[in-house]
Amino acid sequence: MSTPEPHEVREQTRQYLTSSLSRQIGDDEDIFAAGFVNSLFAAQLVMFVESRFGIEVENNELELAYFSSVNALTDFVTYKAGKGRAAQPCD
Amino acid sequence: MRLTPTPELAALRDRFRDFADKEVAPHAARHDAEERVDRAIVGRLAAEGLLAPLLPAGLGGRGLDPIAYGLLHEEIGRACSSVRSLLTVHDMVADSVRRWGTPALRERWLPRLVSGEALGAFALSEPDAGSDAAAVATVARPGRDGGHHLLTGTKRWITFGQLADVFLVFARTPDEGPTAFLVARDRPGLSVEPLPGMLGTRGSMLAELRFDDCPVPRDHLLGAPGRAHPFITTSALTLGRYSVAAGSVGIVRACLEASAGYAAGRGVLQHQLVQRMVADMVVSAEAGRLLALRAGELIGAGSPHAPMAATEAKYFAGRAAADAARDAVQIHGAAGCSPDHPVARYYRDAKVMEIIEGGNEVSQTMIGRFGHTAGH
Ligand SMILES: Cc1cc2nc3c(=O)[nH]c(=O)nc-3n(C[C@H](O)[C@H](O)[C@H](O)COP(=O)(O)OP(=O)(O)OC[C@H]3O[C@@H](n4cnc5c(N)ncnc54)[C@H](O)[C@@H]3O)c2cc1C
Repeated sequence: MSTPEPHEVREQTRQYLTSSLSRQIGDDEDIFAAGFVNSLFAAQLVMFVESRFGIEVENNELELAYFSSVNALTDFVTYKAGKGRAAQPCD
Repeated sequence: MRLTPTPELAALRDRFRDFADKEVAPHAARHDAEERVDRAIVGRLAAEGLLAPLLPAGLGGRGLDPIAYGLLHEEIGRACSSVRSLLTVHDMVADSVRRWGTPALRERWLPRLVSGEALGAFALSEPDAGSDAAAVATVARPGRDGGHHLLTGTKRWITFGQLADVFLVFARTPDEGPTAFLVARDRPGLSVEPLPGMLGTRGSMLAELRFDDCPVPRDHLLGAPGRAHPFITTSALTLGRYSVAAGSVGIVRACLEASAGYAAGRGVLQHQLVQRMVADMVVSAEAGRLLALRAGELIGAGSPHAPMAATEAKYFAGRAAADAARDAVQIHGAAGCSPDHPVARYYRDAKVMEIIEGGNEVSQTMIGRFGHTAGH
């Protein structure tokens, strides 16, 4: 599975979150802090990025911060796929 | 979308049914009465490739299609809920080691879990932590040597705790939260106390596990410290709920088979009120299976909707099993209350399905609040 470009990751992530949460969310909006979802959803997001973008989330990457917003998820996925900035996601 | 099994799936299902009829069902009443299963059943399940069958071939498993897995758990659940629960908790442990264990841990434990040399059990619940997984109070302090954590606390209601060789234990690491550890039964500081006299699934050899400064090697930690909930709990409970959903469909079918035969022979099937009870069993078995297999399909696809689908399936099928078993006893009259008919066992086993792996109310709350996010 080839990983899409960052703008496609952002678009697909935004679409997934918008349809899952049945509402529009800002790219920087923290979905956990806003209370839209429970913690189970974090586990669903791990499955989402793995199944959609073909990456494997490592044990040391189980941080809510990586999954908390459209931007955080996009940074995380593109970093994992080697297409993002060299820095750690959510730095 | 196809809703009928392929010829390959139908053949597998027939094989599972045959195994359940010959190797499991004949012992179910004894498992219930004696409150135990023979260890030999573990070997027979392994020989048939039914322990941790979802593991890929590269890890020693047979890479069973998750849909076939559901059909397997339905057939075993139809025969004996205690044996089905053995498979449930064992596979939850194996799957967690596959997904969250280090390569060394996988290499060490997965072959034994597949061969049945080691039986696994899942230790989340505690005297004061059941529905709320985040509330576990068992602690895991880093040992002075840096190579171990020391576990202290009590786990209760642990299915096959009396028989298991290895436990997946959730314990709180300081300042971090629930962390998952794989703990071998022979670790010092771990004692196992049987919990006899349960209402249902009486053959599932429940135990209380007491940890008193029990040292667990650092490399037996799964995932990351403090991250067991929701990540490991969700993946394990998704598989567990799928298994219980399928097993509950099996209970409905067992009730149906017993009731239709009995009602016809006794001449009460002519009554429309009895027909109503039998009709509900027919329909809920079909509906429960469809929900369960949908969960299985999503699990196979690694879909983010799998956890909710498994919760929905377990909720529906668990309730359906409890309803079907109550009606099955009703149809049998006094005979249904006696040990001479299996429906009394189904009645007690089915009640358990409404409590384990998330009680009905917990499922309702999750589905009510978040079910709309599940891609309907
Ligand atoms: C036969 C059997 C086998 C088991 N095997 C295992 C095992 O192998 N491993 C393991 O870890 N545990 C096991 N358990 C424990 C089981 O998982 C728990 O019983 C279950 O999670 C419920 O927890 P509880 O019993 O503490 O009930 P509680 O959490 O005290 O709940 C009591 C009641 O209140 C309801 N309730 C709780 N919270 C809410 C809420 N927020 N909103 C509405 N209602 C709520 C529940 O649905 C339940 O009806 C087993 C239990 C049984 C009976």
